[in-house]
Amino acid sequence: MPGTKGVLEEIANRAVRLAVERGADGAECTVYEGEEFETTVRMGETEVVKESGSRGAGLRVLFGKRSGSSYSSDLTEDGVRALVGQAVDIASITTDDPHAGLPEPEELGSLECDLQLYHEDIRLLAAAEKIDLARRAEKAALDADPRITNSEGGNFNSNAGEHAFASSGGFSAAYRTSTCSLSAVPVAKNGDRMERDFWYSVARKAGGLEAPELIGRKAAERALRRLGARKVPTQRVAVVFEPRAARSLVGHVFEAVHGEAVYRKASIYAGRLGEQVASESFTVIDDGTLPGLFGSSPFDDEGVPTRRTTVIDKGVLGSYLLNTYTARKLGLKTTGNASRGITGNAGVGHGNLFLPAGVSSVDEILRQVGTGLYVTELIGFGVNIVTGDYSRGAAGLWIENGELAFPVSEVTIAGNLKDMFRNVVAVGNDLEFRGSVAAPTIAVEGLTVSGQ
Amino acid sequence: MDLAGSFIARKFNITARDLEEYLSVALGRGGDYADLYFEYLVTTSIGLDESIVKSATQGVSVGVGIRVISGERTGYAYCDDLSPEKVRHAAGVAACIASGPASVEKTGFTGAPKRELYPVVVAPSETSLGERVALVRRADEAARAADPRVFQVQASYADTLKHVLIATSDGMLSTDRQPMARLNVVALAREGDGVPQRGFAGGGGRVGLEFFQTEKTPEYFARDAVRQAIVQLKAVEAPAGESVVVLGPGWPGILLHEAVGHGLEADFNRKGVSAFSGRLGQQVASPLVTVVDDGTIHSRRGSLNVDDEGDMTQRNVLIENGVLRGYLTDKLSSRLMQMPRSGNGRRESYQHFPMPRMTNTFMLAGDAEPDAIVRSVKRGLYCANFGGGQVDITSGNFVFSATESYLIEDGRLTSAVRDATLIGNGPEALKYVSMVGNDLRLDEGVGVCGKEGQSVPVGVGIPTIKVDRMTVGGTAH
Repeated sequence: MPGTKGVLEEIANRAVRLAVERGADGAECTVYEGEEFETTVRMGETEVVKESGSRGAGLRVLFGKRSGSSYSSDLTEDGVRALVGQAVDIASITTDDPHAGLPEPEELGSLECDLQLYHEDIRLLAAAEKIDLARRAEKAALDADPRITNSEGGNFNSNAGEHAFASSGGFSAAYRTSTCSLSAVPVAKNGDRMERDFWYSVARKAGGLEAPELIGRKAAERALRRLGARKVPTQRVAVVFEPRAARSLVGHVFEAVHGEAVYRKASIYAGRLGEQVASESFTVIDDGTLPGLFGSSPFDDEGVPTRRTTVIDKGVLGSYLLNTYTARKLGLKTTGNASRGITGNAGVGHGNLFLPAGVSSVDEILRQVGTGLYVTELIGFGVNIVTGDYSRGAAGLWIENGELAFPVSEVTIAGNLKDMFRNVVAVGNDLEFRGSVAAPTIAVEGLTVSGQ
Repeated sequence: MDLAGSFIARKFNITARDLEEYLSVALGRGGDYADLYFEYLVTTSIGLDESIVKSATQGVSVGVGIRVISGERTGYAYCDDLSPEKVRHAAGVAACIASGPASVEKTGFTGAPKRELYPVVVAPSETSLGERVALVRRADEAARAADPRVFQVQASYADTLKHVLIATSDGMLSTDRQPMARLNVVALAREGDGVPQRGFAGGGGRVGLEFFQTEKTPEYFARDAVRQAIVQLKAVEAPAGESVVVLGPGWPGILLHEAVGHGLEADFNRKGVSAFSGRLGQQVASPLVTVVDDGTIHSRRGSLNVDDEGDMTQRNVLIENGVLRGYLTDKLSSRLMQMPRSGNGRRESYQHFPMPRMTNTFMLAGDAEPDAIVRSVKRGLYCANFGGGQVDITSGNFVFSATESYLIEDGRLTSAVRDATLIGNGPEALKYVSMVGNDLRLDEGVGVCGKEGQSVPVGVGIPTIKVDRMTVGGTAH
């Protein structure tokens, strides 16, 4: 890590102090400094090595009920002074907003437990070892089958950094994070048709990554099973989302309970707290306190401790995800979900957002469904959270007689999210965290598959 | 070339000698080529919601990215501190990719010929904040006045001013000042207690603030956002299955961006992973189809005087009368593929290395009357506006989301339909183009293209076209 402990936190505190000296009634500052490493090995040759460090500070100031923000990559004394000047300057053009403000002082704080977000072993791993991991992942994919004829490479990526935060409400703290990931992207060929897929592992410590050979073989398997894909006739049918695709549905729940969408009435779930909005087998939890996971942090970007929030409880809408502003707009309390990048405005984010594992195995779900589409990939942006209209490009495998029968591509699946969440008929036992949003296999009845 | 004209060189006291020294550190372990990309970026964004200017942010970022190429290998490092020892250190890190004696003869620098595709005297970011905040207020007022069913309006304005200085080991020195501004309006409307509907409009480009006073006003975007939300209030289910699809002019050109543009980026083709790999000279579209990528159009969002490797942008024919003519290259792919440089090396920022990217991608006009195209369709779908799209370049499958479309029945537009995704296969889809209109239009200037984690601004355009067969992902079946 470039900095010494406490340096970034002091920079954040200094920015806040300067803002208050310039007459601000409140200020909060986030500072990040980190280093990244990335390498791609393609067809056995090192193709890219990228190594760098970056830093930045983001500041929000309040003058009464007006706010302004600024950011800078210059953390020198002059740089911080300019950062404060810019925020103060731009606050003059905003309007009084009765709900603007920082969290109440008693809401500020940090989780005390060790969330295990940082491991030194990522930094100790030599570049040559990182390159070798990428090389092995790709090689395992290329060696898996003669039809794997090409590759977009094996990739190793790591980040380590420190996040510091200070608020004029009387709180400042810092924490370190590290992540690394390893992936392989093989291309399978059959005649003149090619299919690409990928597999990956992500961990907070280098020792937590899955074996490169496992990642390569799994990626190859995924690409191979897509070969010979065809369209299917247009029909209404059950759709089974494998975990990687099911995750996106949990992501749509986030969009629907996002405090800004809710107060603007731009969400299917605006005004529906306490109502049965989904099937009883559908529960969604946001938890920023799970040790070692990718959506965990000791406090949110307004300095409020993270927590566990049941968003949907057996189909009943339990809570929205809120920062201080959206909570005040809705007459509620923050759920510790404030999020801002260095350069962005204060928004709403999630911790580890997931659908807890059910009891069915994937085979049981396929047998239960009988006929339908098993979706392994979704593309496009055809989701309207205001109306719930859902229509996305899909690829996967056709389910016949309760088993996976043949690959399918160039089809769409369509429905409405409100109905889709109500029509969840099975939840798998295969929950895994490969990012901050996670879901097991999910089966949904009554979607329209469009093909021929 | 004289560095005195460079904003960055002046501000950070960078001399030609410094540049030569950094390049020689970068090539200190060998390598065929190195370049330096200095960037100074100023941004402002203003957000209005519920008629309140709720957010306003300004920021500055500075940095340099250093790249070393050795054969097919790329070493890359960046730093956000332009002090000589930090830049030298980053150059040393990038150098690690190569091993062996230096193979590059260093010469002096020559500048790229000057041109001015966006001669904005006062960039939007150099105007008063008051002038800019007035734009979102006007948009809000116009949207609310446009229809009583509007109940929420969000207007946002953002501008950037990017100064770049690019120096290469083959002796090129380029500088550019790249302004950009954009205004967006989102309107929500509802009828009584009915389901709300959303409409979106926005635009801009490499323009001065006067663009929003004279050419495309806040009122223009506001009314269009409201119009789209109101249209959706009466929308019926979209059809499901294969259909004749007519694309309206302008933003529906995103079809080209997804169906062919990405698949023609040279990096994918060099690696042989694109559905278009090895198809140069083949018929990949109907003979009515000619597609170009042109980075030289005046004031456009996707235009650049020089690309992010310092090469002049140009007009490149990708598909000519249906035949695949060329790929979009950057320096690395043009050298490895022995193909001409097309001026398409682009990157998101100094933190990213360049890769082949599109600029403004569009289909040339044909001679059909737009009305005649619609009249020729017995049953089909007319798409006027789209959200985003995506492509799997290896299989060639692409999607794009129609956010404003209408049924065509007996040659006439009838009901509006709800949002639906359209899906097709790149090398196949454009073979079904059976009519091309005479009404080529470029989009309003909102495009952002993502590739391997890097976002860059782009433009698209298309005349009205008829596609005889495409799969529509609605629910009415």
